[in-house]
Amino acid sequence: MADIKTKNHVWLHVALISFTVLAIYPVLWVLALSFSGQQSVGLIDLPKDPSFLERFRGILPMPAHWSIKNFTEVWTDQDFGRWMWNSVVVSLMTTALGVFLACTAAYAFSRFRFPGRNTGMLMFLISQMFPGTLMLIPLFIIIVKWLELGNTYVGLVIVYATTAIPFCVWMLKGYFDTIPYDIEESALIDGASRLTIFWRIILPLAKPAIAITALFSFMTAWNEFILASIFMESELNYTAPVGLRFFVGGFSSQWGYFAAGSVIVSLPVVALFLQLQKYLISGLTAGSVK
Amino acid sequence: MASIRFDNIGKSFGETEVIKNLNFSVNDGEFMVFVGPSGCGKSTVLRMIAGLETISYGELWIGDRVVNNVHPKDRDIAMVFQSYALYPHMNVYDNIAFGLKIRKLPNAEILKRVKDAAELLGLDKLLDRKPKALSGGQRQRVALGRAIVRNPSVFLFDEPLSNLDAELRVQMRAEISKLQRRLNTTTVYVTHDQVEAMTMGQRIAVLRPCTENPLDTNLMQCGSPMDLYDRPDNIFVARFIGTPRMNVLPARLSDDGSEVELFGGRMPVSAQFKEAALAMRGREVMLGIRPEHIGADHEVDWKQTQPLQGQVEMVELLGHEAILHFKVGEHVLTGRLHSHGSLPASGDTISMQLKCEAIHLFDKVTEKRLR
Repeated sequence: MADIKTKNHVWLHVALISFTVLAIYPVLWVLALSFSGQQSVGLIDLPKDPSFLERFRGILPMPAHWSIKNFTEVWTDQDFGRWMWNSVVVSLMTTALGVFLACTAAYAFSRFRFPGRNTGMLMFLISQMFPGTLMLIPLFIIIVKWLELGNTYVGLVIVYATTAIPFCVWMLKGYFDTIPYDIEESALIDGASRLTIFWRIILPLAKPAIAITALFSFMTAWNEFILASIFMESELNYTAPVGLRFFVGGFSSQWGYFAAGSVIVSLPVVALFLQLQKYLISGLTAGSVK
Repeated sequence: MASIRFDNIGKSFGETEVIKNLNFSVNDGEFMVFVGPSGCGKSTVLRMIAGLETISYGELWIGDRVVNNVHPKDRDIAMVFQSYALYPHMNVYDNIAFGLKIRKLPNAEILKRVKDAAELLGLDKLLDRKPKALSGGQRQRVALGRAIVRNPSVFLFDEPLSNLDAELRVQMRAEISKLQRRLNTTTVYVTHDQVEAMTMGQRIAVLRPCTENPLDTNLMQCGSPMDLYDRPDNIFVARFIGTPRMNVLPARLSDDGSEVELFGGRMPVSAQFKEAALAMRGREVMLGIRPEHIGADHEVDWKQTQPLQGQVEMVELLGHEAILHFKVGEHVLTGRLHSHGSLPASGDTISMQLKCEAIHLFDKVTEKRLR
């Protein structure tokens, strides 16, 4: 019995380890590249006729020399700091607007019965079925031509919020539905208004869902490239992903900056995940009813 | 404090009418229990008093005003839910204080009131705890605390004990009754448990699902527990109140209306039914008799009895007594035996006595008590 088990485990582990390597290898490569202090995509210079060992060394995600030159230069010599700031502003504004509108909309969808309720939810769902780029031209016409909000934070925030909100509403509505209605009725009798109930009872109870929603909104804005590259024409207004592309697009191939920039861009997301994970616990409503 | 009056009230959910022509009142300071089977509308009635359900027609009075369109928060009521409905993210203190904070009472006053309520309910050591760290009974007490702290004119309870275990239920039953007597606040208590109703209510309203008849109402009878037990207005109440249920059997009034014929035997009509029986003489009626009024030959010494011969179907031993189910003709009757004698076994033939003065008579068609 033990043998069979061990044998199975060996293959299971081989399979799992292979996929793990597949998943983290590119990340390690980017990390190595960012700390290599050089701009070429290869980590070491291979001799003309490399031996097997040299080839193997070539594919190891390990720079020949360790250096933080790429990081310092990307901040000092390039506009990267500015682009990061643009991303931070746009993402935070998108998160604030997205979460606020999604919470209020989801609460209404969850608790009130009004004409168009089901249609509204369905429209939100349908809007998620099309790729964002499909809406590129109409959005461009509305935001840039009509509202003249091209090249502004507000324009981009509106675009991002509209793409993030449908998912957030569905997510939050699902969560609000699980909060027992008795609690609200009890608060109603205690003398609370709808708004008080929303702020003081529902939102604190929905923290886990709001955390996920906020994270989703933030990442929608933080990682987005295509819309930002269309709406932000001036180099000063680039967001970080657009700026990153600037390093390796067209005539330049500054892979070192690109890698260092990528690492810097992912840090806030990692921090946000760590910060929000304490809310991502289930059972916050335990003990309320029954 | 306030009285509550239902003035011909009805409630429909879409096409379905669940409450019809409800007329009755709860007196100031009274403990009124609504009891009835599932779907009889008792919770709906309570929620209408709370303002959580709209009223389709009729007028609801609390004190001296019609409250049909008054917001729940302005009705000066407090409600305890079956699920307790505590605020899970607040500790016990904040749960109890929430209503007072909303009403913007001074902090010192809130502190005093919450402390008083907590002390009254034995929660003073638990004020910092979250609901999830409390037992069922403690949560129920917090829900009670939240209700009493506001000092409302009406308490509403929606099956508050149904989530507790049997022992705790008995204990909380007594505590709620005691609390109500002490505060002397008008109370409406909904339950499906007739034992709870009998032990707690000063008056009981028995409800049942309404029929299609437009003149019908959900209210079957409203009266003191012993009123309902001794003089049920109809077969529904007769069978609903009392465990085990009352036996209801077809019988016939004699041609002169002085006797009832049951299973071929005859017994005199008791004084309270004399007049009605005379008017209905020769007609078929329904006869009700409680299990405690059917006893074994050797165990009872009632003055006037009617012998019954039957075959034992089942004996339920309860310790202090035994419930006997036995078959007479095609009817299964329930009787009571002392448990310490020798108990009959299934299939045995047994002879029992029926206490003649204890019979109830009902109209066969309307199912109403003869009077």
